[in-house]
Amino acid sequence: MWRGRRGWIPLLGPVALLFGIWHVAVMMSGSLIFPTPWQVAVGLVDLARQGLLLKHVVASLFRVTCGYLLAAALAIPVGMLMGWFATAHAFLNPLVQGLRPISPIAWIPLAILWFGVGDLSPIFLIFLSSFFPMVVGTAAGVMTIDRKYVRAARNFEYTGFRLFRLVVLPAALPQIVTGMRIGLGVAWLVVVAAEMIAVSSGLGYLIIDSRNAGNRYDLVVAGMFVIGVVGFLLDSVMRGLERLDEVRWRYET
Amino acid sequence: MRPKIEVLSISKTFQTRGGPVPVLDDLSFQVADGEFVAVIGPSGCGKSTLLGVLAGFERPERGEVRVDDEPVREPRRKGIFIFQQPSLFPWLDLEGNLVFGLNGASEEARRSLVAHYIALVGLEGFERAFPSQLSGGMQQRAELARALMVKPEILFLDEPFGALDALTRLRMRAELLRILSRERHTVLLVTHDVEEALHLADRILVLSPRPARIQRVIEVVLPRPRTLSSPELLALKVSILRELGVDEGAG
Repeated sequence: MWRGRRGWIPLLGPVALLFGIWHVAVMMSGSLIFPTPWQVAVGLVDLARQGLLLKHVVASLFRVTCGYLLAAALAIPVGMLMGWFATAHAFLNPLVQGLRPISPIAWIPLAILWFGVGDLSPIFLIFLSSFFPMVVGTAAGVMTIDRKYVRAARNFEYTGFRLFRLVVLPAALPQIVTGMRIGLGVAWLVVVAAEMIAVSSGLGYLIIDSRNAGNRYDLVVAGMFVIGVVGFLLDSVMRGLERLDEVRWRYET
Repeated sequence: MRPKIEVLSISKTFQTRGGPVPVLDDLSFQVADGEFVAVIGPSGCGKSTLLGVLAGFERPERGEVRVDDEPVREPRRKGIFIFQQPSLFPWLDLEGNLVFGLNGASEEARRSLVAHYIALVGLEGFERAFPSQLSGGMQQRAELARALMVKPEILFLDEPFGALDALTRLRMRAELLRILSRERHTVLLVTHDVEEALHLADRILVLSPRPARIQRVIEVVLPRPRTLSSPELLALKVSILRELGVDEGAG
């Protein structure tokens, strides 16, 4: 049934087309290793039945949650200080801008050296990867606050911490949330890479282990599929945050 | 009686890339309690800077501003500033914005005050609306309500109706006069609109081009409501425009 722009056909059409081309391409190439969509689906169901799917998803989400929340807890206050106090900006910005371009992947050897093989290494890498987008977004958000709001608040004799909490924070919140959304996206990208090296669980481990232990490319692609779905759901949650009244005003004219 | 506001030979210079630009040059004047003073001058003459200094947002290099015989050092609730661009907080609804201005009053006092002032500016039914859902004129009414609610002794109005369309501007002027007839405030209005100044003010200060000095003071002794087409006001309008270097209807 056609239901306009919000119907199922525009949503599922391209996916069906991709699966179709994929299937035909595998058939025509005669590849014995590369799986068809159906084999991937069977692999996915197998993983789910054995309880492995849930186990790996939970392991990855656990690491992302820890690293991301730690990063947010540090990045948002630091970003606000940088945005509000010129001195804090002068001291911290060179540091932030210098460390930011280093890919979290490049930190993997150091992470293993410092934190060993276990949960702490990927958590550290996720912390690094999501800290910088959030610090930069928060600082920019505070710096670009329309001065008229601060002016009005000072006129009503708001000063110090109350001015910060009741005016600066809500005025910068839309950009803080955007930084948080970017940070979570990067965290989800990095957890997969980190799990390929430092640990023996999680979706990244599932992918690399499926390949190493007998070229199970059906499970590799199944893992990729799950990564995509979970990443999409995480981003949906963040987009939900952007629709809150406290944030939405920035995007309305 | 002691004046409400005393401006004692203030000067201010802006440092720009092209060197220092004097903006205010040894200005002195007084404003009586309850008086409505309009400041008018050519664009860029420093009249907004003057108002910012009076309200405590900016410091003069020399001279002093005293309100109730106390030097002004920072913005106070005693004198609320209203700017051309409404500064309602977009993340709060109308009621939230009004309550914000009260800054720490008791819950009960707040509720009755909010209702009273929302009615005073004619925004009943919009308590839950966000600023983005209000028209420009409604936002400026809300801004006025937020200011009036803290019972400011002084209102600093910096071209408050400048961004509104002509019809809304006229309506807002009448509204302001109606409110001022009920509540006593000392008002300083910066405007480039000669008619607006004549319509509202007891006294008009005409400033010179930058650096601003007081070029002329005009007392408007006509009773309100005033008709802009009356011969006295027309004569005043022509003389002010001439003062500003515009010879309207010459010949």
